[in-house]
Amino acid sequence: MAPRTMFEKIWDEHVVYSEEGKQTILYIDLHLVHEVTSPQAFEGLRLAGRKVRRPERTLATVDHNVPTTDRALPIADPISKKQLDTLRENCEEFGVKLYDLHHRKQGIVHVIGPELGRTQPGMTIVCGDSHTSTHGAFGALAFGIGTSEVEHVMATQTLLQNKPKTFEARFEGSLPNGVTAKDLVLYFIGQITTSGGTGYCIEYTGEAIRNMTMEERMTVCNMTIEGGARAGMIAPDQTTFDYLEGREFAPQDFEAAVERWKQLPSDPGAKYDRVEVYQAKDVIPQVSWGTNPGQVMPISEKIVDPAQIEDPVIRKAAESALSYMDLKPGTPICEVPVDRVFIGSCTNGRIADLREVAKVVQGYHVSPSVNAMIVPGSGQVKRQAEEEGLDKIFQQAGFEWREAGCSMCLGMNPDILTPGQRCASTSNRNFEGRQGKGGRTHLVSPAMAAAAAVTGRFVDVREWEYK
Amino acid sequence: MRAFQKHTGLVVAMDRSNVDTDQIIPKQFLKRIERTGFGQFLFYDWRFLDDGSTPNPDFELNQPEAKGVSILLAKENFGSGSSREHAPWALDDYGFRVLIARSFADIFFNNCFKNSILPLVYDAKTIDDLFERAEKYPGYQLTADLVNKVLTDEHGLELPIEIEEFRRHCLLNGLDDIGLTLQRDAEISAYEAAHGIS
Ligand code: SF4
Repeated sequence: MAPRTMFEKIWDEHVVYSEEGKQTILYIDLHLVHEVTSPQAFEGLRLAGRKVRRPERTLATVDHNVPTTDRALPIADPISKKQLDTLRENCEEFGVKLYDLHHRKQGIVHVIGPELGRTQPGMTIVCGDSHTSTHGAFGALAFGIGTSEVEHVMATQTLLQNKPKTFEARFEGSLPNGVTAKDLVLYFIGQITTSGGTGYCIEYTGEAIRNMTMEERMTVCNMTIEGGARAGMIAPDQTTFDYLEGREFAPQDFEAAVERWKQLPSDPGAKYDRVEVYQAKDVIPQVSWGTNPGQVMPISEKIVDPAQIEDPVIRKAAESALSYMDLKPGTPICEVPVDRVFIGSCTNGRIADLREVAKVVQGYHVSPSVNAMIVPGSGQVKRQAEEEGLDKIFQQAGFEWREAGCSMCLGMNPDILTPGQRCASTSNRNFEGRQGKGGRTHLVSPAMAAAAAVTGRFVDVREWEYK
Repeated sequence: MRAFQKHTGLVVAMDRSNVDTDQIIPKQFLKRIERTGFGQFLFYDWRFLDDGSTPNPDFELNQPEAKGVSILLAKENFGSGSSREHAPWALDDYGFRVLIARSFADIFFNNCFKNSILPLVYDAKTIDDLFERAEKYPGYQLTADLVNKVLTDEHGLELPIEIEEFRRHCLLNGLDDIGLTLQRDAEISAYEAAHGIS
């Protein structure tokens, strides 16, 4: 057989039916469900008298719409409450396992899947959420779908798909000190733009990727969707196996599974439709300056001057972004003050991210002009952080320490920016109004966000004095 | 699903790229558990001033000539970001049947077909030409004829509609994907049996 990429191996393994000129019917191993994109799908099933075909391959949690303050209190917003109640009723009716608000393991869907060991190499994984690409960090084919497709997967355990093209993004060498996975992926999106990955499944390779922990790999794959790609993936290796071993839903015969997983990486000589090679040493801590995740810059530079941009479409987009963000061309980004700091989300709400933050803020205090909050990605992350005493460090430093959820990543719950507020955020989207109408979001790594909280403006964390 | 065969409608030009789904339907409206009624919130943050009810006089859809539009013209990467199908639901509920852009984001593009909205992609030159026409002719209309695969106006424009044959077939006949896939139930069961899934 001709050498195949990892993507092709997983794809081939999951084809249920294919016919020239039609979309392929692809089997789905794991379907993740949350409260926002599922109610209409369950309703569709009910109306058609259908069942969830494989409830045991379906897992639900509440994350987008949950309060992150005291969970003992009733939910203030009746519409939010209705949505959470609806998911509970639907899961009961259709026999789907739900990690509900008060479950110890509740959390952001893309944090708990891996944490529980449900996300495994070689799987096809979907969810009605674009950041499903996160799970590709395990060598899975994982992507976001719409609500009609959620219903399709529920009813048939399959999905109709066109085969994406393959794209190898290789990062040679290792990342400099103080430069993180978040910086690498922001840099990458800056290079390819937010539509550059459209139609592709991206596989990240190279030394810088191999050196990463699972948490870091998840950060990279998570943000792949911001480059427009269908999915991002990283070949499984010992780091992956070590992460999974002993987790609640890891395979019973773990060694046999590892032997299978070792067959997944792309064969030598396998051809990708597109290959881009980057040098990890070129990556500098990144800050987004605009209103899409491709509008990023190194911390060491000045805000772009749209007048210098030749392409009229890009120039217009830059002008409108700078006006929304209230930034002046030529200002060094490290002179820009921030009002809020948000640390959390499915991009950077894992234990490793919180440890990173604790290292930076240890011995410091949040600037008096800043309101800073930390929202763990899951109940398990929260407890782990508390066992390690990180919550004490955060609270002593003046951070708010919250319950698990999406929170201010999208501000569906009461955690939002007020108009004009500027936020250093570890989340993944800086769209207009994403964190609250008129709010201004700058995407950064956890370490950069932590440092900004302390100094009240953006700083180059490579020069940070750790205490 | 509603079938799509031919549609003639007024065009609104939105000279914007990277219009993301957070813009199309902001998150505060995603709490509803129904599929309908999202049109009133379409482009909410752009469409209304800060009080949330006064129409923003600068926004494209609030122009007097944009009354009754059903074809939207935009630039690059329309529908990027969140997978929320509430975006096509809102566009559909508002009355849009055809979207034309230089490119669409992947998930959004897919979602359109599930809701009988026709997304059409043309190169930069063609899109620029359409923008010029929309500007030049008051009450500019386009006709998307999916049966004969052409996009036309009353001023001599004739562009081919290039879309995957299978998707066209589903749109023309209003076929629902789940029903189609379930015709392959035997294959799904065979796959499960072969993979020890029971
Ligand atoms: S944390 Fe943000 S990006 Fe991630 S699933 Fe929640 S809302 Fe979506």
